[in-house]
Amino acid sequence: MKRAALIWRKSLNVIMLTLTGVSALVVVSVLFLILGYLLWNGGKSLNWAFFTELPKPVGEAGGGMANAIVGSLKLLGLAAAIGLPIGLLAGVYLAEFGGKTFSFIVRYTTDILNGVPSIVIGIFAAAVAVLPFKHFSTAAGGFALGIMVIPITVRGTEEFLRAVPVSLREGAMALGASRWRTIATVVLPAARGGIITGMLLALARVAGETAPLLFTAFNNRYWSPGWGQPTASLTVVIYTYATSAYDDWHRQAWAAGLVLLGLVLVANVGTRLAVSRGGAARGV
Amino acid sequence: MSEMASPSPGKEQVAAKLTPKVRTEGGVPNTSGKETPVRFNISGLNVFYGTKQAVFDLHLKIPVNKVTALIGPSGCGKSTFLRTLNRMNETIRNARFEGAILLDDQDITKMDVVGLRRRVGMVFQRPNPFPKSIYENVAYGLRINGYKGRLSELVEQSLRRAALWDEVKDYLHKSALALSGGQQQRLCIARALAVDPEVLLLDEPCSALDPVTTAKIEELMFQLRDSCTMAIVTHNMQQAARASDYTAFMLDGKLIEHNETSRLFTTPSDPRTEAYITGRFG
Repeated sequence: MKRAALIWRKSLNVIMLTLTGVSALVVVSVLFLILGYLLWNGGKSLNWAFFTELPKPVGEAGGGMANAIVGSLKLLGLAAAIGLPIGLLAGVYLAEFGGKTFSFIVRYTTDILNGVPSIVIGIFAAAVAVLPFKHFSTAAGGFALGIMVIPITVRGTEEFLRAVPVSLREGAMALGASRWRTIATVVLPAARGGIITGMLLALARVAGETAPLLFTAFNNRYWSPGWGQPTASLTVVIYTYATSAYDDWHRQAWAAGLVLLGLVLVANVGTRLAVSRGGAARGV
Repeated sequence: MSEMASPSPGKEQVAAKLTPKVRTEGGVPNTSGKETPVRFNISGLNVFYGTKQAVFDLHLKIPVNKVTALIGPSGCGKSTFLRTLNRMNETIRNARFEGAILLDDQDITKMDVVGLRRRVGMVFQRPNPFPKSIYENVAYGLRINGYKGRLSELVEQSLRRAALWDEVKDYLHKSALALSGGQQQRLCIARALAVDPEVLLLDEPCSALDPVTTAKIEELMFQLRDSCTMAIVTHNMQQAARASDYTAFMLDGKLIEHNETSRLFTTPSDPRTEAYITGRFG
C-alpha cells in the first residue's frame, strides 16, 4: 500500500514535469515553425526587385512590393504620431494626477477600447475619415491604427510610471521641483526603458493589422503620394495575394509576410538594444 | 508640551500650562543664559490625515545652526512633524495642518513652496539618488532653481561639504546608483546642500545604513552645524545623544519634553521621557 502510494507520487511527478516541459517546448517551436516556414516559402521569392519595384500585372513574373513596404511604414508612422503622444500623456495622467472616479472611468474605457475588435475600429475609421471625403486614404488607415495604439500605450505607460518609487518623486519635490518638473526630469527618465518597450509592442501589434485597413487605406497597385490616396500595405497585400488564384502571387505573399515579420523584429531588437545601452550609461 | 505633569511642580509649570512659550529662554531651553536665535518657530501645530490627527498642539522652536533631534516611538508623529516643516506633506492627499510655522519670522504657508524647499532641504530614510550621474544628481536642485553659473564649482563644493568629493571625483559622470548605500546617502545630502539651504531636515537618515557609515554621517552633521540648522528624526537614542544639541521627545503626536540634549538624557523632567530613554518602552 505504502509502496504503491510512493510509486504513484513519483510517476505523477514525472508526468506533470513532462507535461509542463512539453508545453514550454510547443510554445518555442510554434515561433520557430512559423519563422522557418516563412523563411522557406518567402525566402525563395525574396530578391532585390521585391524591395524596389512595383507589382507586375497578373501573368507577368517578377515585380516587387516597394509601394506596400513604404505604405506600411507611412501608416505606422502616422499611427505612432497620433497614438503615442496621446497614449503617453493619458498614461502620465492616470499614474500621476488622476482622481479616483475619473481615473477609474478612463482606465475602464481604455481596457474596453483595447478589446474592441480591430474590424470594428476599421468601420468606425471608415465612417469618420473615409465616408465624408468619399475616397480611401493613407490618412484614414493611419488614423484607424492610431486609435489602436492608444490603449496599449496608456496602460503600459501607467504601469511603468507606477513602478517608479515614491522616494524618487519626493527627492525631486524636496528640492523644490514642481509636480510636472518632477515627472518630466525624474520619473519619466526613470521609466523610459519600459515605456519605450511598451510603445514598441503597441506598434508591433498594429503593424500586423489587416482588418482596420481594408476599408480605410484600402490597397493600391501603384505608389501613393501624400496622405490623401489609398495605399498598399504589406498586410492587405498579403491578404489579397494569398487569397488569389495565382502561384506567383502566393509566393509573393509569403515573401511579404517574411518582410513584415523582419521589420517588426528589427524594430523590436534595435529599440531594445538602444534602450538598454542608453539605460546602462545612465544607470537604469 | 502643555498638559503633562513635571516632577517638580511650581510656578514654572503653571506658566508652562498657560503659555508654553514662557518655558523657553530666548526661544529655546538653555542653561547658558544667552539668547539663542530661532530659525523655526512652531506654535499650536495640529496635523491631520483626513479625520485622523497625527500631531497635537505642538509648540517648538528650532535654534539656528544647532542640531535638534526628534525622538519617540514609531508612529508618534515625528516624521509627520518634520515633513510639515517643508510642506512635503502637501503631496499626500487629505493631509493638512493648523497652527503657525514661522521660518525666520515668515509664515511658511505664505511662501512660495519652491523657495521654501530651497531654503529647507530634506534627506530621507532610504537613500534616493536619481537614476542619473553623480554630477547630475548634485546639479539637479541648481538646475530647477534656474541657477545659471558655474555648476561644476558648486557641484564640487557641495560634494566636499558632504565629505564625498574624494571618493567620487574621478567618477562624476558615472551613475549614482553604482555607489554604496552610505555614499548614496551622502550624495543625497550633497544634493540637498547644493542649493545652500538654511535648514536641513533629516528623516532617519541612518536607519538603512551600517554603523561605520552611520558614524560618517554623524561626523558630517557635526561639520555642517556651523553653517546649517538641522532637525533629525531618529529611532536611535544613542544617535540623538551623540549628534544633537537639543532633543525633543514626542509621544502619541504630542511633544512631551524639549531640552538641551545633555539635560534631557541625564535629568529628564517627565517620567515618560525617562521611561523611554531608559528603554522601558518604545
